[in-house]
Amino acid sequence: MSSIPDELSYTKEHEWVAGLDDGLTVTVGITAYAAEQLGDVVYVQPPEVGSSVEVGDAVGEVESTKSVSDIYAPVSGEVTAVNSAVVDDPSLVNGDPYGDGWLFQVRITGTPDDLLSAEEYTALISGDS
Amino acid sequence: MSRPTPLHEVHKSLGATLTDFAGWLMPLRYGSESAEHTAVRTAAGLFDLSHMGEIHVTGADAAAALDYALVGNLGALEPGRARYTMMCEPGGGIVDDLIVYRLAPEEFMVCANASNYLRVARELTDRAAEFDAVVDDRSDSYALLAVQGPRSQEIVAALTDADLANLKYYTGLPGTVAGVDALIARTGYTGEDGFELFIAADDAVKLWGALMEAGAAEGLVPAGLSARDTLRLEAGMPLYGNELTSATTPMDAGLGRVVRFDKQGDFVGRAALDGAEPAKRLVGLVMKGRRVPRHGFAVVDADGAVIGEVTSGAPSPSIGRPIAMAYVTAPVSAPQAAAVDIRGSHEPVDVVDLPFYRRKK
Repeated sequence: MSSIPDELSYTKEHEWVAGLDDGLTVTVGITAYAAEQLGDVVYVQPPEVGSSVEVGDAVGEVESTKSVSDIYAPVSGEVTAVNSAVVDDPSLVNGDPYGDGWLFQVRITGTPDDLLSAEEYTALISGDS
Repeated sequence: MSRPTPLHEVHKSLGATLTDFAGWLMPLRYGSESAEHTAVRTAAGLFDLSHMGEIHVTGADAAAALDYALVGNLGALEPGRARYTMMCEPGGGIVDDLIVYRLAPEEFMVCANASNYLRVARELTDRAAEFDAVVDDRSDSYALLAVQGPRSQEIVAALTDADLANLKYYTGLPGTVAGVDALIARTGYTGEDGFELFIAADDAVKLWGALMEAGAAEGLVPAGLSARDTLRLEAGMPLYGNELTSATTPMDAGLGRVVRFDKQGDFVGRAALDGAEPAKRLVGLVMKGRRVPRHGFAVVDADGAVIGEVTSGAPSPSIGRPIAMAYVTAPVSAPQAAAVDIRGSHEPVDVVDLPFYRRKK
């Protein structure tokens, strides 16, 4: 079973959101489960710093040997930072999806009410497999 | 439901990611596909290829039947040797690409792709009807394991008395490996030296275990279809359904040499293929950037006009950039200006000759 840290929130698109409790700026990445499903990540195109994103927007791409997946904005707001390290070394997404493999940060203006808890996300991917 | 191979439980116990492929449930990768790819280039990989088809053609006219049914000159093949060939439609389109092993003067084994072997067996049966030859699809009784990579000979040699050092590329001889009866063939689909071991399905688990044990010290790792695809792509080897289709002739694919017009008698496709000019050209593309071209993406020129289509594409572990094979229908007059349309963005490429990778002898 992939690791699913308790303190994060999750989306049905297999992204994680950190820092919601502070209510200002959150960090977004893809889950260990998503990284495992994708296989070796070879290319990451994060959104542009300064761009406005709405919940559910396709804002970037994660590409692996076999497939390409959109990155969706899990919250609304302004992109304040992207992880240039992961652009240079996409394997960070596989190696440390919740740490050095983070993708981007958003200063939030709106949070959807359907983000999942770790427990709910665990149930989601158990149903998947 | 997709069919499991005889090694299904082994793959599950290794934690393989499984995928549906041509009606089979196959290991896509066991861990990192890039690591599996690199292991095959530098040490060795073990593949379960039990989805492939094995069709025996036997009888006094077996050679003549194959010479009529296929584009190659199988009558000229020495027993113990193997040949890469194709089956074509009467109109010249490719039904499948094949490796034919001559097991004995009157016995051949045709190894066909998983996606095609039922049709190949049916066509062989029809095409051999006028010959003294029996076509027998024995695919269900076979398992096929491939050991590929520079350490392959040491690994297999530890388990057999067969004289591997004198087993040349594209030969196949019966022998015993780890006590299992096998057709030991020096063939493969990775661009590396290696062996393909055709065995009884019931022996697959035993031989897999013996190979993994013998290969541990040599760096042998299990490798899945994902690595197999990037390995064959780097080696410029075509894949049926991608580079080869019924809308493609051997000449289109740059493989006109496999069509042996010099052999005696008629063969299916001869009239259509004789004198045929290729309608398109298979080229290699190396991306300047890091986005990956995929099957079906358009190749465009400097003006954005479509000049071709990608047939296979993947990140290349050996080259460090994404690569692709593509058919181009127009001459690439300014190859430095070609690009692939990746979801609306024209990503520049270098157009290169195939293959991308050639092993050092």
